[in-house]
Amino acid sequence: MKFVNEYRDPSLVRLLAEKIKKTAKKNWTIMEVCGGQTHSIVRSGLNKLLPDNIQLIHGPGCPVCVTPIDLIDMAIAIALTPNTILCSFGDMLRVPGSSFDLIKAKALGADVRIILSPIDAVHIAKKNPNKEVVLFAVGFETTAPTNGMTIKMANDLKVVNFSLLSSHVLVPPAIKYIMSDPESKVDGFLAAGHVCTVTGYKQYHELAKATDTPIIITGFEPVDIMQGISLCVDMLEKQETGVKNQYSRVVKESGNRQAQELISDVFTVVDRHWRGIGSIPSSGLDLSSKYKTFDATYRFTIKTDAPSLDSGCLSGMIMQGKCKPSDCPHFGKKCTPQTPLGAPMVSTEGACSAYYLYCDKGSS
Amino acid sequence: MKTFSEDGILMADVDFSGVTKKVCLSFTPEVDIGTYVVVHVGFAISILDEQNAKETLNLFKEELL
Amino acid sequence: MNNFNCPIPHYQEDVITLSHGSGGKQTSDLIENIFLSPFSSEEIKKMHDAAFIPSIGRSIAFTTDSFVVDPIFFPGGDIGTLAITGSANDLAVCGARPIYMSSAFIIEEGFLQSDLKKIVASMHQAALSQGIQIIAGDTKIIERSTGKNIFINTTGIGVHMVDVLPEPYRIADGDLIIISGDVGRHGMAIMAKRNDLQFANPLYSDCAPIFPMIENLLENHVELHCMRDITRGGLATSLVELSELSSKHFIIDEELIPIAKEVESACEILGIDPLFVACEGRFVLFTPPKYKQQVLDILHSFETSKNACVIGHVDVRKSPSAVLCNSYGIERPLYKLYTEQLPRIC
Repeated sequence: MKFVNEYRDPSLVRLLAEKIKKTAKKNWTIMEVCGGQTHSIVRSGLNKLLPDNIQLIHGPGCPVCVTPIDLIDMAIAIALTPNTILCSFGDMLRVPGSSFDLIKAKALGADVRIILSPIDAVHIAKKNPNKEVVLFAVGFETTAPTNGMTIKMANDLKVVNFSLLSSHVLVPPAIKYIMSDPESKVDGFLAAGHVCTVTGYKQYHELAKATDTPIIITGFEPVDIMQGISLCVDMLEKQETGVKNQYSRVVKESGNRQAQELISDVFTVVDRHWRGIGSIPSSGLDLSSKYKTFDATYRFTIKTDAPSLDSGCLSGMIMQGKCKPSDCPHFGKKCTPQTPLGAPMVSTEGACSAYYLYCDKGSS
Repeated sequence: MKTFSEDGILMADVDFSGVTKKVCLSFTPEVDIGTYVVVHVGFAISILDEQNAKETLNLFKEELL
Repeated sequence: MNNFNCPIPHYQEDVITLSHGSGGKQTSDLIENIFLSPFSSEEIKKMHDAAFIPSIGRSIAFTTDSFVVDPIFFPGGDIGTLAITGSANDLAVCGARPIYMSSAFIIEEGFLQSDLKKIVASMHQAALSQGIQIIAGDTKIIERSTGKNIFINTTGIGVHMVDVLPEPYRIADGDLIIISGDVGRHGMAIMAKRNDLQFANPLYSDCAPIFPMIENLLENHVELHCMRDITRGGLATSLVELSELSSKHFIIDEELIPIAKEVESACEILGIDPLFVACEGRFVLFTPPKYKQQVLDILHSFETSKNACVIGHVDVRKSPSAVLCNSYGIERPLYKLYTEQLPRIC
């Protein structure tokens, strides 16, 4: 594809690897925030092209991984409610709740529909006026406006049998949270490029200052990632902090105004519990009071059992960059894609699934 | 690429290298035929700046070589 | 008082009902009207409880497979074509000429007889073109779920063409790994239909018989150590399974794997890895390097294998595994498909 293949060019990737090797004199630890970047790195083996003094650690940018267990349980309970259709992206279906996952709920008779676009859920609601249709709305800022559009659509078209179960999370509070830990080893960040196409990166200047780090807005293809790392290493060697935009072909500092306006209209910022990590203040989005009628937590009275506490999953540590998946004692043994202890082993953006699929078992 | 309205939402048929899919243009209403866009879950969320892409790619190729 | 809408729906006479599975007159009418003429072998016409097969004089290959594809009609074929070709291909990759098949149908009440006729016609055509006789069959009708489901099992019998059979244990160090064509067409044709993707150049399933190519290779005395029909789980799963069965190490060059542009684009859109997408008319073979040109010349002479190419080789290493070497020079292990690939957020 045009404007994709150029950013997979092996000769450019190799040249960038050489440049990083020449530039990097000290030891640096860089966190790529987005799970899509993690998978791109591990799948292409880009980490193996880096010199030993550059370490990549993996961030919490996997919205599927951080969705709290009680929301998964609620989604399952909604799906199992008679005359109800639960719409979800495919990634969520295998994430374990307290007892089981949405795939098993489907096998038990729940009407769970996989969608490619959130507005498919509104179309399903229109075609099934006698059923309640719920969109399991998971994602970072990239997906928030698209899920928010369903509310506008349902409101304008008076599709009253549609509602939304929100599990939206925000990136900058997570970065701040990671850096607030005195044991954090992160020296610099590769920020999630597609999140920034929506939000822009004005707020990242203050974040870079507050965390005393360089933050590079980075794309997802191998050349993007290697260039992002190269820019980050340059800044670290010069002891610079601040923001640079590697992904300038699609990210503007001001972001996407229409998308931001919709998010502000439909959602309100709330504290959010991140699975494996804990509560991060002002890090989530719920429906604003104007659209509360479309909130599935108000439509459905769901009693879920208190979520089981400890499966032994280390996802929280992994997503904060405190350890790698291969450091987990259960990795590849008790925890596999068929028998996951947590979400990162089954999410297509999870660090654990990337290691399991693309690395020799047990290697980093 | 042609645009049309579906349920009051601005849509377009977008070509992904020989495969066409309906995409919502609500967040990029200014697109024109021939524009490259970034698509996420059926929505165009950003317009690709071709000039910027060519210039930055050329610049950094020169820098590396 | 109840209100009725008029006119009431007209009864569709060509709908299959539970009575068609009762074993009585309606069952025999269904068999006579739909199955008997297309599946017109002498054994079928006897309508006996079992078919007799004359002694063949060589060792026999035997396979079975069930087909549940949705949608049942897709670009490039239907469940009927698949049911015959799929089992025939399983026999072919074991070095056997497909000769006989049985076919068993499980059909939901509500299914249209007109659709069943189309499917049976496809099976007849597929069998005829491959010289296969359908000699036994069965039909069961089940209660309605959606009214659109049909499941077909075919069991195939073939006769071995060579004395030394192509089997995983015969894969040898240094063998070339050759694929008969580009991967992922069948799976993506199905997924594209389900997800309403349109193609500038329509994407058709690669469902096709592979025996003609294999017959030609064997008749030209090419040493074929092993072959595998690439179906569910795609190329990657087939290679991993073979490396486990043979205890050998395969190195595959990612850049050499042929993937059509439309398949690649559709995979990008849906977030699917083409290495795990099903094919229905593609196979890999393992052969000593000296046969490379001969194999490629033979495969290229057939329309469905005109894009055949070498994708890797069997390496001398202790640990059995299949690895993919990418354009950056990095190797990563291939894995078997664990679960169904699902379209994802990012």
